[in-house]
Amino acid sequence: MSKDQALIAYVTRMGDNAIVMAQRLSEWVGHGPELEEEMAMSNFALDYVGQARMFFSYAGELDGKRRSEDDICFLRDGWDYGNVLLVEQPNGDFGETIARLVLFETFYSLQLEALATSPATKLAEIAARAIKESTYHLRHASNWLIRLGDGTDESHRRVQNAIDRLWTYTAELFEADPVDQIMQSEWQGPDLTVLREHWHRQIDELLAKATLQKPEDGWMDSGGKGGHHSEHLGYILAEMQSMQRTYPGANW
Amino acid sequence: MQAARKTLETSAWEILEQIPDPEIPVLSIVDLGIVRSVEVDGTKVTVGVAPTYSGCPATEFIEDSVVKSLQSGGITQVSIRRVLSPPWTSDWISDRGRQKLRKYGIAPPEKGAVARGRLLGDPMATERIVACPRCGSENTEKVSEFGSTACKASYKCIECLEPFEYFKCI
Repeated sequence: MSKDQALIAYVTRMGDNAIVMAQRLSEWVGHGPELEEEMAMSNFALDYVGQARMFFSYAGELDGKRRSEDDICFLRDGWDYGNVLLVEQPNGDFGETIARLVLFETFYSLQLEALATSPATKLAEIAARAIKESTYHLRHASNWLIRLGDGTDESHRRVQNAIDRLWTYTAELFEADPVDQIMQSEWQGPDLTVLREHWHRQIDELLAKATLQKPEDGWMDSGGKGGHHSEHLGYILAEMQSMQRTYPGANW
Repeated sequence: MQAARKTLETSAWEILEQIPDPEIPVLSIVDLGIVRSVEVDGTKVTVGVAPTYSGCPATEFIEDSVVKSLQSGGITQVSIRRVLSPPWTSDWISDRGRQKLRKYGIAPPEKGAVARGRLLGDPMATERIVACPRCGSENTEKVSEFGSTACKASYKCIECLEPFEYFKCI
């Protein structure tokens, strides 16, 4: 794999993570525990859509096949999607959505921070833009995690269960495949070993504040980066892509 | 030639200053700090526009109104360049823009909060004093960090009891 191919694959994956998160969070519209949280989740979803658009447009520019952001988003199948398994997991209850946000955004913020100095200038610019949003998402989700973890017995139990359940998808974040390795050596992408240490430190601190237990690393699931997904992604794509699949080339 | 170029640039800025932000029409897009540059090349004008939030749904609308307004002002060859770097933050809102916001009933963002690295510091540091844009009291309460648009939070004033919006620091 050339360094340019690795960059295209990496940028597309970042778009995949963002768009799948956007889809998941927007499922809360009409179902939020309170109006303010519905606004929060839909605001976050909107930020993710915007970030996905920038990543996909950039990937399209790089590969020179004249693919638009819409082509990349709507005309690829599940096996072409390289999002991590964590982001496609169902929302569960509000606590589980918060737990997933915290686990992912802690990673994503660190990833963006590392990329903000990449010699791939456009990627660095998108990262610098996105980090501002990622920071306030993480702030909001962290406050909720503390509130739920250190709240009632019921909220504590549910959010602890959510963390335990999602934990199995966290190792994949730090698994460096050839794309990650080339990104690190050629484009100053993050060193995932170092990033993992930072992630654990931040998560430890936050879980302690939220009076939650850190799960043991048991069997860890992975495969999303390589296009091997859980059954959940297919449903997300079916819904998201239905218009473009039914009326190819439709504009609105 | 130098003078003509200057005139074209000046008149482009004058037109841009009249274009309202679609979500907060009291602010022009220049007050908001999203117009980064106006470059003149012969009769061609290129406007650099920075999006506020990545997913701001008004971005395309704004770019469209820039092109249309300049064209109806007699500048026919217009193109838009989307500028990502340095990213827009609430610190880009001009002083005049802040005054307009306050007058309109929206508490302006704390100036320099972003520049001081507020966002990169403790992610838990959320509480800040927001003065009521109506009565000026600092005895206010955050209702929700989210509001009618991505860039605003909802507050209420304990003194005059009015709800108001706060333009967030990002």
